[in-house]
Amino acid sequence: MSEGKPVNILLVEDDEIDVKAFKRAFGKLNITNPLHVVRDGQEAWDYLTECFDRRDLHTPSLVILDINMPRMNGLELLQKIRGDERMRQLIVFMLTTSNDEKDKFKAYDLNVAGYMLKTDMGRGFQRAIELVDNYWRVIEFPEKGFVPSAA
Amino acid sequence: MSEVQTKPVNILLVEDDSIDVKAFQRAMTKMKIGNPIHICRDGQEGLEYLQETFKNNIDEAPGLVILDINMPRMNGLELLKAIREDEDLRHLIVFVLTTSNDEKDKFEAYNLNVAGYMLKSDMGNSFIRAVELVDNYWRVVEFPEPNFKPGA
Repeated sequence: MSEGKPVNILLVEDDEIDVKAFKRAFGKLNITNPLHVVRDGQEAWDYLTECFDRRDLHTPSLVILDINMPRMNGLELLQKIRGDERMRQLIVFMLTTSNDEKDKFKAYDLNVAGYMLKTDMGRGFQRAIELVDNYWRVIEFPEKGFVPSAA
Repeated sequence: MSEVQTKPVNILLVEDDSIDVKAFQRAMTKMKIGNPIHICRDGQEGLEYLQETFKNNIDEAPGLVILDINMPRMNGLELLKAIREDEDLRHLIVFVLTTSNDEKDKFEAYNLNVAGYMLKSDMGNSFIRAVELVDNYWRVVEFPEPNFKPGA
């Protein structure tokens, strides 16, 4: 059975109210995944870099990103993640207010796993979190630190 | 409230095993899932279908692709690579649904940025869990507009 240890989730979100709503939904749905929150793209990048450098046990397997954030926005961060040899496999979901086709295009061009609108979430992001909770229980995550041997 | 997904997204299933195809379709019926689903039997057929619909029949073009790995002519990972290298197809949302529990396959799939990798053996005989996830997924996520071209 694939369902093992709940994967580490990283939430990248600058809006304090949204962070609270997200955590509340987590609690309400009894979700036990370790959740780390950072406030913008730069902080996320620094956090991920450190995790991957140290091969930290807390390295997230799933990242949920807002788009509109100071310093480094979500799409800029996603681009950096996809450009990094170690991080490029990361499973990323966008969770944003932006309904802009340009943003969706860019996100899927950078192969997000899914793009979710905050405004669709009503009931405090419950639908988004229900999906994420369903998602991690069903899919297989790649093994951390796996390096394919040269063919 | 922004528009929630109303039109069910077109699904392409690329699967050579007839029994698995039937099981998947049965699961969709059981769960009353009405998404239009097109079946291709191997990677080559899948690629041709995608190129054809995105070029000539965009309304039929799939918004979500589910692929097996082990298939004749062109396997799932080869198809995925071709999708990611094609300017018109590279953005596609792809899930893998396979018997392969091989770390090398998972590595390559995620390296080519699948949306998710699912094991057939975890699905029971009925693929219910896979179909449930896909059904949950398409109702929640935003799909990119198929025709959209970003401004120069």
